[in-house]
Amino acid sequence: MTSLPPFQALLDEHAADVMAVLRGAVGRSDAEDCFQETFLAALRAYPRLEDGRNLRGWLLTIAHRKAIDHHRANGRRALPVAEIAEEAAVPTEPLPDREIWTAVGALPPKQRAAVALRYACDLPHTEIAAALGCSPDAARRSLHEGMKRLRKELA
Amino acid sequence: MKAELKRLTDRAAADGLLDVAYATLDSPFGPLVVAKTRRGLVKVSFPTAYDTEETLAELADRISPRVLEAPAELDDVRRQLDLYFAGRLHEFDLALDWRLTDGFRKRAQQAIARIPYGRTRSYTEIARSAGNERAVRAAGTACGANPIPIVVPCHRVLRTGGALGGYGGGLPMKEALLELEGVLP
Repeated sequence: MTSLPPFQALLDEHAADVMAVLRGAVGRSDAEDCFQETFLAALRAYPRLEDGRNLRGWLLTIAHRKAIDHHRANGRRALPVAEIAEEAAVPTEPLPDREIWTAVGALPPKQRAAVALRYACDLPHTEIAAALGCSPDAARRSLHEGMKRLRKELA
Repeated sequence: MKAELKRLTDRAAADGLLDVAYATLDSPFGPLVVAKTRRGLVKVSFPTAYDTEETLAELADRISPRVLEAPAELDDVRRQLDLYFAGRLHEFDLALDWRLTDGFRKRAQQAIARIPYGRTRSYTEIARSAGNERAVRAAGTACGANPIPIVVPCHRVLRTGGALGGYGGGLPMKEALLELEGVLP
């Protein structure tokens, strides 16, 4: 087994990114719970992790699963209204990704969730539809609208 | 993000997922890294000996990679060290976790832990207490390898005749601690 860095190093290096992705995927108000679930699950599994080479990817994979769980648990309930609050200043240096996820977080809820589930969680349209409780066509439309808006925002 | 991380650390501790908690404390000699497990205080690093990263990597390797910064878990250690440095505490009342040491070294370090405040022993006496009077050099090594300095007072071990010998935190620190305890003028 390769030696794993102290878990604190994962927090120091990746917590802000995980939070940014989760804000995009589930919205600001639910991101905090998903964040806790993500890192507790990671901490539980960490000593048994055999390959410590891509810890960021490992953490983001767990975060994605938690985001999917969150959407599934919400089922057909309406998604909460997006809060378009300004991002709080993040103390660590920003990654290029973070800007994108901040923009994703500012999309209307359905679009935001569709984009996050597609690109952060790598879900196909049918599963996005199932997670959001809508038809595949509606999921595809939300994704399309969300991407159009993002391209405009980030251009 | 600070509040989220504090909440995470608290939950990790409550769920039994915090195997090593550490904090950085201010001391008159510079910042000390202190770490504890569920058994007790396991590590005190000298300000000069290692950088924090190296200390934490060692803890992750040798105990568990579930190492988190959790200052609240070390409040009692911080309080007692503060009092000690202020000359107002002579005997630490802390559970110790000896798992970073073993064999002769551990026996020597446990003998060191019994040296009273303001008293000294020679390396030879420590070797004898650890069960091998001739292992004076090994007793010296045990002092140098003490994972819990200050609390396990290896600064109270001197050469026969009273010369200072060595110290992991540097001789000025050893002298200062012996002055604090009234051994040196």
